[in-house]
Amino acid sequence: MPRITYHQPQGSQQTIELDEPAPLMQTALRNGVPGIVGECGGQAMCATCHVYVREDYLDQLPEKSEDEEEMLEEVASPFDERRSRLGCQITIGEDLEEIEVDVPESQV
Amino acid sequence: MTQPLQPHEHVVIIGTGQAGVQMVDSLRQNGFTGPITVVGDEPHTPYQRPPLSKELAGSSSIVPLPLRPEGFFDQAETQALLGVEVTDLDPQAKELKLSDGGRLSYNRLVLATGARNRDLPIEGADLQGVHGLRTLDDAENLHTALSEAWRVVIVGAGFIGLEVAACANKLGKEVTVLEFADRPMARALTSSASHYVAAAHTETGINLKLGEGIASLQGQHGKVTTAVGSSGEQYPADLVLIGVGVVPNTELAENAGLKISNGIAVDTQLCTSDPHIYAVGDCTTFPNHFTGGPTRLESVQNATDQARYLGALLVQGNDDDAGYRELPWFWSNQGGVRIQIAGISAPGDEAVLRGDPETGKFSVLCFRDGALAAVESINAPKDHMAARKLLVGDTSSLSREELSDPETDLRKLAKSIR
Ligand SMILES: Cc1cc2nc3c(=O)[nH]c(=O)nc-3n(C[C@H](O)[C@H](O)[C@H](O)COP(=O)(O)OP(=O)(O)OC[C@H]3O[C@@H](n4cnc5c(N)ncnc54)[C@H](O)[C@@H]3O)c2cc1C
Ligand code: FES
Repeated sequence: MPRITYHQPQGSQQTIELDEPAPLMQTALRNGVPGIVGECGGQAMCATCHVYVREDYLDQLPEKSEDEEEMLEEVASPFDERRSRLGCQITIGEDLEEIEVDVPESQV
Repeated sequence: MTQPLQPHEHVVIIGTGQAGVQMVDSLRQNGFTGPITVVGDEPHTPYQRPPLSKELAGSSSIVPLPLRPEGFFDQAETQALLGVEVTDLDPQAKELKLSDGGRLSYNRLVLATGARNRDLPIEGADLQGVHGLRTLDDAENLHTALSEAWRVVIVGAGFIGLEVAACANKLGKEVTVLEFADRPMARALTSSASHYVAAAHTETGINLKLGEGIASLQGQHGKVTTAVGSSGEQYPADLVLIGVGVVPNTELAENAGLKISNGIAVDTQLCTSDPHIYAVGDCTTFPNHFTGGPTRLESVQNATDQARYLGALLVQGNDDDAGYRELPWFWSNQGGVRIQIAGISAPGDEAVLRGDPETGKFSVLCFRDGALAAVESINAPKDHMAARKLLVGDTSSLSREELSDPETDLRKLAKSIR
């Protein structure tokens, strides 16, 4: 089963298993994972669903769209050229079966 | 002058939409430790509205996107009364009556009552198969109806109507949109942008009838079968979506004697005509720094930014606060067309193109009194993000030649005037 592990800045973690493909942001909100806001509902418009993807999964990620590139410049926590992504733009369960991400300190 | 909240004060928030929920969040984030109660008449865990009109195609059911993760109200030590309506507001006694028979006293009250769909007073509006879209319940009904419908008529080419039209079209339905004005989204978009979007929809097979109002809806056995246009033309339909805008929920405030002007009237610090009552979000008419007059906006940005501002203000009080003055911005996603608006255009603005509409990626720059006042971007997120930076600065020194040249890096320009 596809799954997502969210690591919180304080060290705790939650793993969510997916019944069907879903983006990182939506999965977090629907499963009570704190720290991801998703104010624009997943339209790559608000940069409040920022996550840092863990090293092991970086080379399996889909390319960033122009929208995502633009919004990543606006994130509230430090931008990491390699690891920063928008949680609403990465769907798990299609090409990528598993991922681990770090949730940033702040989103706004 | 807003007095900072004392820890013993009870804050009550009416409405669990984008604004009400953000209000709880912002009060706590700014360090308020006193009691908070939020009352909302929708029974659901608070959810986001924008996906409701954009994700009707593709999924087998509507899975609501929560505004906050489960457990949010508990963690925020907030009493949430969901499925409860506030039926009366007594500003002298500072007391509310609730639909479950209860009463609530407050020290400060925040009205975040939002808006509801405008009714269309025409024959047949109550037929089965006629829908509106504002709430999760509406979206669920519409989603089910869409799966059984074949011919879809949308009344009103506003943002929501066109988003639904794009979804229905994607589902392979025969889609007709009736719009009274001579172009879609006429209230919010310049004619250049609006004509482009109209052409894009027509190209995907949507039948966009401009200059055509709705006269009546006809049905058989209580179910809609035909939409009759103001021209007399008949449009067969097994599903009709009415998308003719919203009206703000002001009745509670109005009955309490608060000042109303299209929405609940507030000052620059979002305080109503009663010094203990504030209003935020879709229900609020506020003095807008960018339009220069009283304005009511319907957007996620406006709801969240106003709640953030008010949360900070109530906790910290204000000494020399300039008032609420965040830049308005908005987005809509209509099939392949992504519209992003920064600032607010006005009828007299001069519109200048940046980029070539033929490429499917361009912006319309709106100039007022010679200075950049708003930017509408079509599939051009880079322009939009830069515009949001530009428009909060002093744009008067920037020429339209410079701004409209696609070679100009708007982001750099924004840094140079900051
Ligand atoms: C389908 C759809 C798509 C949208 N798409 C976009 C978009 O793409 N971009 C964008 O920026 N905006 C969009 N919007 C607009 C955006 O969702 C609203 O501007 C925003 O939700 C406003 O939040 P609010 O909290 O002010 O009001 P609301 O969300 O309307 O919440 C108010 C709440 O208060 C409740 N209430 C009212 N009176 C009482 C009472 N007396 N007692 C108890 N409860 C009461 C209401 O039932 C409601 O639940 C869209 C809206 C819809 C409907
Ligand atoms: S949810 Fe807004 S950018 Fe991802």
